[in-house]
Amino acid sequence: MTALLDTPADPSVERRRAVQQAASSSLGRRKLASRLALGVCWLFLAIAIVPLVAIVVNVISKGLPAWSTDFFTHSTTPEGVPGGGAWNAIVGTIVITAIAVAVTVPLGLLCGLFLAESDGRVAAVLRFTADVMTGIPSITVGIFGYIAIVQHFKAYSGLAGAFAIGFIMLPVITRAGETAFRGVPRSLNEAALALGARRATISRRVVVPAALPGVLTGVLLAIARGMGETAPLLLTILGNQYLQWNPTKPMEALPIFIYNGSSQPYADQVQLAWGAALLLMVVVLALSIGSRLLAAWLRKERR
Amino acid sequence: MSLPDNGYRAILAVMAAVFGGLAVWFLIAVVVQSRSAFDTLGFSWIFQKVWDPSHGKFGLLPFILGTLETTAIAVVLAVPIGLGTALALAYLVPERARAALSTTVELLAAVPSVVYGLWGLVVLAPVFGSTVEPFLTSVLGWTGLFDGPNRGVGLLLAGVILFIMILPTMVAISRDVLVVVPSEQVEGAMALGATRWQVLRKVVVPGARTGLLGAFTLATGRALGETVAVALVIGNSPFIAHSLKSPAATIPSLIVNNFGESSGLQLSVLFAAGLVLLVIGILVNAAARWLVWSAAGSNAGAGAR
Repeated sequence: MTALLDTPADPSVERRRAVQQAASSSLGRRKLASRLALGVCWLFLAIAIVPLVAIVVNVISKGLPAWSTDFFTHSTTPEGVPGGGAWNAIVGTIVITAIAVAVTVPLGLLCGLFLAESDGRVAAVLRFTADVMTGIPSITVGIFGYIAIVQHFKAYSGLAGAFAIGFIMLPVITRAGETAFRGVPRSLNEAALALGARRATISRRVVVPAALPGVLTGVLLAIARGMGETAPLLLTILGNQYLQWNPTKPMEALPIFIYNGSSQPYADQVQLAWGAALLLMVVVLALSIGSRLLAAWLRKERR
Repeated sequence: MSLPDNGYRAILAVMAAVFGGLAVWFLIAVVVQSRSAFDTLGFSWIFQKVWDPSHGKFGLLPFILGTLETTAIAVVLAVPIGLGTALALAYLVPERARAALSTTVELLAAVPSVVYGLWGLVVLAPVFGSTVEPFLTSVLGWTGLFDGPNRGVGLLLAGVILFIMILPTMVAISRDVLVVVPSEQVEGAMALGATRWQVLRKVVVPGARTGLLGAFTLATGRALGETVAVALVIGNSPFIAHSLKSPAATIPSLIVNNFGESSGLQLSVLFAAGLVLLVIGILVNAAARWLVWSAAGSNAGAGAR
């Protein structure tokens, strides 16, 4: 027996066994490491979801009680006087956004057409400028609005706010427009050209209609972004506790209403801020969801 | 009836010129209005420590540090957690829940920052003051990072709110670049016997590297420039923070809090501070791009933007 055990083992068998052992222990280790690392990923997912869900739940639960008829029909009342609402802020946001949209959508889409139709150095510079503009801190855009409009006319105004918001929306709309226009098949363009159509006609009757889903998505997302901007408005429209439809005068807006209300010592002001936050969130989310649904629906209609 | 081609081209060119003109106007306006600050104070004020406008002292250093520190806290938290979340959303979550969860995250990216600020101030600050900060002090107090009273508002809360704010953007973009890694590569690695984690770490993440760095850069930029969410929760103190619980201020919060009462030189200093913020943003962006280049090596081309 002992003799048999003492005989030197076949070296190749031994090596194979060693490799097998190493492999199986490595597999075990790798499986364990994998399980641990994936567990960490799941943990991070949970860490990410908890605060985001908490924000949404809090905004809804604290905002809904603030939604009364007064909230949508009355303006801000002085501290301590009950029955105040956010009507002045709602009006301000509507007026400012409408002005910004009316100017930047045509301007941005025409710039998008320009970019989509040209590949030269000018277009490259402009494209780069647009990309840089989307990254500019919004507070400096507020400074620009203050210098360009408020200082110039010596008055805070809704127009100055619309200017600043428009400046933020413009590059977003331009780039979204360019992407959408570039997506239109060349063959459509060439067919129209072959029929003798002028460039302007082709853009109006062929390119823009074909690119409509992408254009609408981009525009709605830009509006959603513009509506939520706070810092530029703080430096340009000043805020106004009275109802003001005239955009040449200081105005209130929902983001400012939330910003000012949240740091108030009065509980009812804070509650109004939550109500405004819910309203702003609902509108912004509706724009985002609406843009997706609209784009999907338009694409389906085409088929 | 329609425009002749050259008229149409001219209109487009004019619109493009208006766009370019606006951008140039922006830069000139801010630079020109900042000049009196630089003419009067030179450049040394940018790196001085004392902000005391009533005595003519406009040290910007506390605000530069505040900006960098809050951003650093947000990015340090957001990079691992954002990447882990994106990996989970792209490859781990059961297929049925993926689309719904991903859409939700993308939608959350649209929530205005002021809402995050409101939530941070009213909901999270009391929790921080009563629970989170005492806990961190008892566990990590020896590092000296958690000296001072538990206020709730301060550097840490501002960084955490920024982290929560940039997370959806970061996750949404990261997920998009993670899912487009070619499935042949993923399947190839699996066929070689790699575990799921090895596939993610050695194939999926490196494959999406440039896109991921782009997502991090974008998120960092948003954190640097954020104004109201930070201004509401940072405590706004013009002194250099000596601990994570100290109140502090950032350049944007400095501008927005002092804007109303400023005129003359002080107003110009605020504009100049805005200019400094722009420069910091450009430097950080350039650093990130350089990181992308050096990390991506020779095959930088495709996803480098």
